[in-house]
Amino acid sequence: MERTSKGIRGQRLAAATFAALSGLPGVALAAREWNLQTPVTEIARQQYELHTFIFWICVIIFVGVFGVMFYSLFKHRKSVGHQAEQFHENTVVEIVWTVVPFLILFFMAYPATKTILAMKDTTASELTIKVTGYQWKWNYDYLQDGFGYYSNLTTPLAQIENREPKGEHYLLEVDNPMVVPVDTKVRVLITAGDVLHAWWVPAFGVKQDAIPGFVRDSWFRAEKVGTFRGQCAELCGKEHGFMPVVVEVKSKEDYAKWAAEQKAKVASAAEDPSKVWDEKALAERGEKVFAANCAACHQATGKGVPGAFPALDGSKLVLGPTAAQIALVLNGKAGTAMASFKQLSNTDLASVITYTRNAWSNKTGQAIQPAEIQAARK
Amino acid sequence: MSSIPHDHVAGHGHDAHDHRPSGIMRWVTTTNHKDIGTLYLWFSFTMFLVGGVMALTIRAELFQPGLQVVHPEFFNQLTSLHGLIMVFGAIMPAAVGFANWMIPLLIGAPDMAFARMNNWSFWLLPPAAILLITSLFVPGGSVSAGWTMYPPLTIEAGMGMDLVIFAVHIMGASSIMGSINIITTILNLRAPGMTLMKMPLFCWTWLITAYLLIAVMPVLAGAVTMLLTDRHFGTSFFNAAGGGDPVLFQHIFWFFGHPEVYIIILPAFGIISEILPVYSRKPLFGYASMVYAVAGIAILSFIVWAHHMFTVGMPTAGLLFYMYATMLIAVPTGVKVFNWLATMWKGSITFETPMLFALGFLFLFTMGGFTGLVCAIMPVDIQIHDTYYVVAHFHYVMVAGSLFAFFGGVYHWIPKWTGTMYSEKIGQWHFWLSLVFFNVAFFPQHFLGLAGMPRRIPDYATQFTDWNMVSSIGAFGFGLSQLVFLWAVIKCVRGDGEKAPAKPWEGATTLEWTLPSPVPYHTFETPPVVK
Amino acid sequence: MGSTTTGGQPAYYIPQPSHWPITGSVALLLMGMGAAFWFNGVAAGPWMVGTGFVILLVMLFGWFGTVIGESEARLYSKRVDMSFRWSMSWFIFSEVMFFAAFFGALFYVRNLSVPDLGAGSVTGNTLWPGYASQWPTAGPYVAEKFTPMGAIGIPLLNTIILLTSGVTLTIAHHALKAGHRGSLAFWLFATVALGFTFLGFQIYEYMHAYSELNLKLSSGVYGSTFFMLTGFHGAHVTIGAIMLLVMLGRVLKGHFDAQHHFAFEAAAWYWHFVDVVWLLLFVLVYWL
Ligand code: HEA
Ligand code: HEA
Ligand code: HEC
Ligand code: CUA
Ligand SMILES: [Cu+2]
Repeated sequence: MERTSKGIRGQRLAAATFAALSGLPGVALAAREWNLQTPVTEIARQQYELHTFIFWICVIIFVGVFGVMFYSLFKHRKSVGHQAEQFHENTVVEIVWTVVPFLILFFMAYPATKTILAMKDTTASELTIKVTGYQWKWNYDYLQDGFGYYSNLTTPLAQIENREPKGEHYLLEVDNPMVVPVDTKVRVLITAGDVLHAWWVPAFGVKQDAIPGFVRDSWFRAEKVGTFRGQCAELCGKEHGFMPVVVEVKSKEDYAKWAAEQKAKVASAAEDPSKVWDEKALAERGEKVFAANCAACHQATGKGVPGAFPALDGSKLVLGPTAAQIALVLNGKAGTAMASFKQLSNTDLASVITYTRNAWSNKTGQAIQPAEIQAARK
Repeated sequence: MSSIPHDHVAGHGHDAHDHRPSGIMRWVTTTNHKDIGTLYLWFSFTMFLVGGVMALTIRAELFQPGLQVVHPEFFNQLTSLHGLIMVFGAIMPAAVGFANWMIPLLIGAPDMAFARMNNWSFWLLPPAAILLITSLFVPGGSVSAGWTMYPPLTIEAGMGMDLVIFAVHIMGASSIMGSINIITTILNLRAPGMTLMKMPLFCWTWLITAYLLIAVMPVLAGAVTMLLTDRHFGTSFFNAAGGGDPVLFQHIFWFFGHPEVYIIILPAFGIISEILPVYSRKPLFGYASMVYAVAGIAILSFIVWAHHMFTVGMPTAGLLFYMYATMLIAVPTGVKVFNWLATMWKGSITFETPMLFALGFLFLFTMGGFTGLVCAIMPVDIQIHDTYYVVAHFHYVMVAGSLFAFFGGVYHWIPKWTGTMYSEKIGQWHFWLSLVFFNVAFFPQHFLGLAGMPRRIPDYATQFTDWNMVSSIGAFGFGLSQLVFLWAVIKCVRGDGEKAPAKPWEGATTLEWTLPSPVPYHTFETPPVVK
Repeated sequence: MGSTTTGGQPAYYIPQPSHWPITGSVALLLMGMGAAFWFNGVAAGPWMVGTGFVILLVMLFGWFGTVIGESEARLYSKRVDMSFRWSMSWFIFSEVMFFAAFFGALFYVRNLSVPDLGAGSVTGNTLWPGYASQWPTAGPYVAEKFTPMGAIGIPLLNTIILLTSGVTLTIAHHALKAGHRGSLAFWLFATVALGFTFLGFQIYEYMHAYSELNLKLSSGVYGSTFFMLTGFHGAHVTIGAIMLLVMLGRVLKGHFDAQHHFAFEAAAWYWHFVDVVWLLLFVLVYWL
């Protein structure tokens, strides 16, 4: 493994160096990854074609304009003895080169307008999914079916820190992708829970900012079964590069099956809030909840990031009265990155709080029960 | 007053009455437009190095996937400060430096209209820079939400953000004072006979730039003031819970930000318009339409801002309006490009370094303009917004655009400033190295963006590796090439080179070339008469 | 002297090197850094701001003192006078744009964001059920109730005061041009007095808002825009009043004559600008 990855890196380096030296990167490397991704929706196809169209118009103008320039540089050099003429005005050409670009722009604007009108038409959708961006994960809420879940990055830290070779879908893989049926108009309602994010799937031609406190909508109709990957496209803090968007398009039958399973899970997962847990069980579960929800800021070590995210290890608040900590985690702290976590279940909250009170050097020995969380909810 | 010894400048009567402190106090207290211009230019270059080192750290981190050089939160600070420092610390002060040095010489004025305030405009910049740099070292670090400072990220941030906000306030004050000075100088201090429509085009572009600055810097100040009160005094401008909207900040920011990009490019247009005629030995083509085109660009720049916000979810009418308005800017900009070509057409062209940079500018700026146009097509922007395509676009217009024009301007005028010719050989090396490495660094970023690589990320999916490596290599090459520039400049400053005649360029016609090289400390105390 | 002499008359006055600018820069550096420290609980913060402010005051006295001295020494030619006119106009334009940012924010929240948050829109239905968007509002989530500021009462009174002060100032200007110095001093004094009365009323109004109406900076966007716009305006009235006060001092010292009084005019321009902004505020913030 070690050798191959080094080998590839070596090759890449050589290729890159060669490209750099040749000054023509495009020629040196295989012509891959240099254009928009293959579209799988009508809108994305229109965007793709529009880009190609504009691109070629620009190339033609560019070649024309600079053809003239290089001709002039070549023919009207002093070194070939060209004498400067002294004209400095010509109303006719000046009008021509004002009007002609204007007309060209008109031809660009026309197809663009048609696509915009199509893009903004979110009516007659068959499925509505609410997408919420959080630091740093997505939540998908199937409004009509009453279930929803989080979608977290699954790329292991070891790969990110170069301790393991990178997998095929490095940084573009999640635990629970959004799942949608093929050939169905899906409307997405996009919002955010903390800061700005943007939900983006290149193959669908959808990119929509997720704005806390506001809902914006967009839509797509995927024409192909498969898995499609994108990323958060609005700077949202330190893990902005680590919040992929993955959408799995299933056949209509598979989708129906999947949706039914999800609904069943919701029903069975409804926990008994009055169940009493012991500290160990809670802390074990809490460790997972912590890793998924809190470690991004407070770090797995509980030491936080000095100046940005406080340490929970040894924190007065964590070691103090339980009510204060429950209130903080439940409601967040306005104006800071510490968001409300009330969307977690009572059991998850109870276990993560128990965990923080007993992990690292924190040894309170206390167990917080789900019922206490329930009571603290307003 | 005591008589302090001063520089030579023999045969200049007024020198006998000139009192100026020596040593460092000369520079701190100076009211001379040439001194202040020099200060601006050195400040700008220093900031260019600081911002450039940040850029290289970014490129080093992005050389390959995975995290290796810096932590993600520090990476974001680097990106944000790189943007802020390059825009406010490097490019804008360079443009003001040119204005200070050249406008009085070009219009035959004795100095700037408010020589003492001029000093303050400059000396506000170092405090702002200190605030920006200090922000890196306070708990929580500097601004990490991009140079655009979008809330809510900037609402949550630590003390560094406040330092940046105050730095922006101070830089704004500096720009406003500088602009008032420039406008007043141009409107009120022209030599007899120098009508507005006879002014060298550089003065026109700066007149209009200064107007843009006065119109939009206060708006930026307002925007960051609202950030400040949202952060500390409980207001809800950008918070939906209180009835505000994070997008409101974006509107206000880009109402400033779009004119800002023309503030960055218009002085460069002016310099190009001074250079091309000289080395083509032919008058500027279409002077009047050039002036109207610049004015047109400036006016349009106020109604296109939301093209930076095509993905926020605006209503259809808004999208269409901003797309059309943005596309229209291609028309006046095209007029400028065509006029420049026509200026060269049937000239008698030579290829000294300033001319090379002007040609590099023309070629690459136009390319950047075209990618801007691609961004303006709203459905296409859906795909490329917040990707490296945009990064490529703006480096083409700002680095190969403004920066190249400023390099050209330095080579063009440095004989006048220092009295020493730059080394043509070094200049040519600087140009060709910059040209090649610039493209190696930034051309592949178009591909990255199209293929889907978001900007402002410290780590990326493996399919983006190849182009990132190419880009990083180019960036380091480009950075190193700037040392060549430093060398060329230092040689001139030290007088190491051929002595410059008053008019080293055969095709030069403007007023500054009627003065000796180096220019005396005081010039045009009796205004020249322009026919 | 760095000025040019053509036939004994300075064509354009170029001042000597000056240490006032760098003094001002140090002041602003201290104030900026100090304020950042202060807002984040660093103990040195307030002291730095205080020191910076004192230095700034010294600088303002010194710098303006120098300018006044130069003016009184008749170093400024007609052309310099013209420069001052241009610069003051552009400075006021920059202030207009500063206010425009805040008025723009007011326009935006009233016409776009607040309606969008309310019932009927996707946002309102999904995230803020039960929030009926109306104006004034504290937003969908700020629970505390407040009473908005009415237009009749102090605001109307303040409008009348400011408008009157515009008239008294114009009378003073005419007196200056006609050389009636007594009348000039009187009407200028009246203007200054009206200005400070306005400020007094505004302070009272703020106290009233906080203590009786429960209207605060934190009362959602209404509170934010209300205090930001009126507060920013109030700061400008303060500056304008101080400028006029300085002019009054100079008048009493015998400065200015019928032809030579641009400082006075600049202060007057500024005052009228502040006046016009108030009219906009009165209509857009208090009334509508
Ligand atoms: C010097 C600075 C500068 C200049 C001059 C420009 C010029 C232009 N820019 Fe650029 N732009 C930036 C700096 C600049 N820009 C920056 C910094 C950003 C990113 C900010 C951030 O997010 O951080 C940005 C981002 C940006 C965006 C947002 C992208 C996104 O975030 O999704 C858009 C979208 O419309 C855009 C468009 C344009 C257009 C249409 C022009 C036009 O002015 C270009 C006009 C020129 C030409 C078109 C070429 C010459 C013309 C002809 C030869 C005539 C014939 C041509 C035709 C008929 C087509 N720019
Ligand atoms: C005019 C302004 C300007 C200039 C000149 C530059 C110059 C450069 N920029 Fe910058 N850039 C911006 C304005 C500018 N940039 C803006 C506004 C952003 C957006 C920020 C944001 O997202 O908020 C940005 C973002 C940006 C990014 C995207 C970062 C991200 O999204 O995370 C990258 C990445 O490659 C980049 C690279 C570079 C490089 C390699 C240079 C090079 O040209 C720099 C070359 C200069 C030097 C290197 C210094 C001089 C040389 C030396 C000091 C000698 C020593 C050198 C060596 C040891 C090699 N820039
Ligand atoms: C996006 C970043 C982020 C995430 C994720 C996060 N926190 Fe926090 N947390 C913060 C910040 C920032 C603060 C400091 C708030 C302040 O300024 O008082 C904080 C404060 C705290 C405190 C108080 C510490 C003290 O000593 O004052 C506790 C306890 C806490 N968080 C627990 C959690 C738990 C439990 C989770 C996961 C369920 C979590 N946090 C997830 C950012 C985060
Ligand atoms: Cu979420 Cu970027
Ligand atoms: Cu723009």
